[in-house]
Amino acid sequence: MSWITDTLGSSIGKKLLMSLTGLFLILFLVIHLIGNLSIFSGDGGLAFNSYAVFMTSFPLIKAVSYLLYFSILLHAFYAFMLWILNRKARPVRYAVEHANQNSSWASRSMTLLGSLIFIFLIMHLKDFWWQFKFGGGYEFEIDANGNRDLYKLVILQFQYTYVVIAYLIGLTALAFHLWHGFQSAFQTLGLNHDRYTPAIRFLGILYAVVVPLGFASMPVYIYFFMK
Amino acid sequence: MEKERTYTLKIWRQPNANMKGAFKTYKVEDISPGTSFLEMLDILNDQLSENGEDPVHFDHDCREGICGMCSLFINGRPHGPDEEITVCQLHMRVFKDGAKITIEPWRANAFPVIKDLVVDRSAFDRIVQAGGFISVNTGAAVDANAIPIQKVNAELAMDAAACIGCGACVAVCKNASAMLFTAAKVSQLALLPQGDIERKERAMKMVAQMDAEGFGACTNTGACSAECPKGIDLSVIARMNREYFTAKVTT
Repeated sequence: MSWITDTLGSSIGKKLLMSLTGLFLILFLVIHLIGNLSIFSGDGGLAFNSYAVFMTSFPLIKAVSYLLYFSILLHAFYAFMLWILNRKARPVRYAVEHANQNSSWASRSMTLLGSLIFIFLIMHLKDFWWQFKFGGGYEFEIDANGNRDLYKLVILQFQYTYVVIAYLIGLTALAFHLWHGFQSAFQTLGLNHDRYTPAIRFLGILYAVVVPLGFASMPVYIYFFMK
Repeated sequence: MEKERTYTLKIWRQPNANMKGAFKTYKVEDISPGTSFLEMLDILNDQLSENGEDPVHFDHDCREGICGMCSLFINGRPHGPDEEITVCQLHMRVFKDGAKITIEPWRANAFPVIKDLVVDRSAFDRIVQAGGFISVNTGAAVDANAIPIQKVNAELAMDAAACIGCGACVAVCKNASAMLFTAAKVSQLALLPQGDIERKERAMKMVAQMDAEGFGACTNTGACSAECPKGIDLSVIARMNREYFTAKVTT
């Protein structure tokens, strides 16, 4: 047991956990985006509603979802521990710093960005996941297929200006977090080579732009074009 | 002959490790643009001595960019503005006439201030002592060409060995992390056949010592590599991580 705690408790071990959970969350976001895009299928939400039922009842997906909750909490917990450790490493700060000359803003702001994403996530889960799984006060209608109409709730939520703005802020934070986080996860794993690192960096930037934009398209489109 | 310049210096003064420090402002005049930064400080110290004041203490030794002693955080960057240089290679022509220059010591929990701008970097020595060596019996030196080494590995090992242990990586890192230093020392030996025998033990012991010294963890911001006077590449950190993981799962 001490071998595991020694390894995962070291500075590199903590980063390993950040990297692995981060990559798992990156993988999840793609699935989440593809599934959610069924909102645009133009069938009044039938496809989206049956997708929601599938995601919450299919055993394999259910099992993976527990791994997902665990990954989010582990990622956040270890981020907090590293933040404390890293602050302790420099008790006296500099009077003058020109960090923009040697590193990107996103890379220096991962804790801030992560905290924003965490707050956004709580709000996001409360809006939909909590309502759908535990019934947080919203009475679901039943669609033509006999499924609870989550689609309708999504449309209702995104009529509020403040909800849309909050989502856009959350997704912007996500974009910057991924901008650095994607390639950083591979570097931590020790995967850095002239042959493939440029490809990883390119893919990371592409991912950090396309995925948050894809998510943002939903609240924005619904807010302006669907009543 | 270029016109001589005047500067306002804001320098961290601290009598010893236990006493509180503070910034003090000084003025230097008639500095020619060709003066090196350390020579400018020498001129200031001559002034201070003549006035009976305690001169500003700072580390320096070879003054040709290879010893790694000079350790000043100048205007928000280790070794000041300009790329891939140490402070002794920094010249006053970089600073405009009348400029205000802030000089601070390296700031890290693992690098306590001894006096003024001098910090204790023996934490680096202890990291190297933990495993940054190869164990060979003494005797007649082996022929340098007796052990075949791939050209590419020899080059990469040499790139890592360029590290002079100045501590700029720690100084600039937002986490005061010593990953670039430790990774350079792990890399230079891991790439060579002579270092292969102890490579697993080395990676584990050096990382453990690095953590014990109170350095932070790595956020992969790349600031260390950007400010390294020897341009050590970030890929050495990836190599150290690989060495560490491999060592941990195979021993």
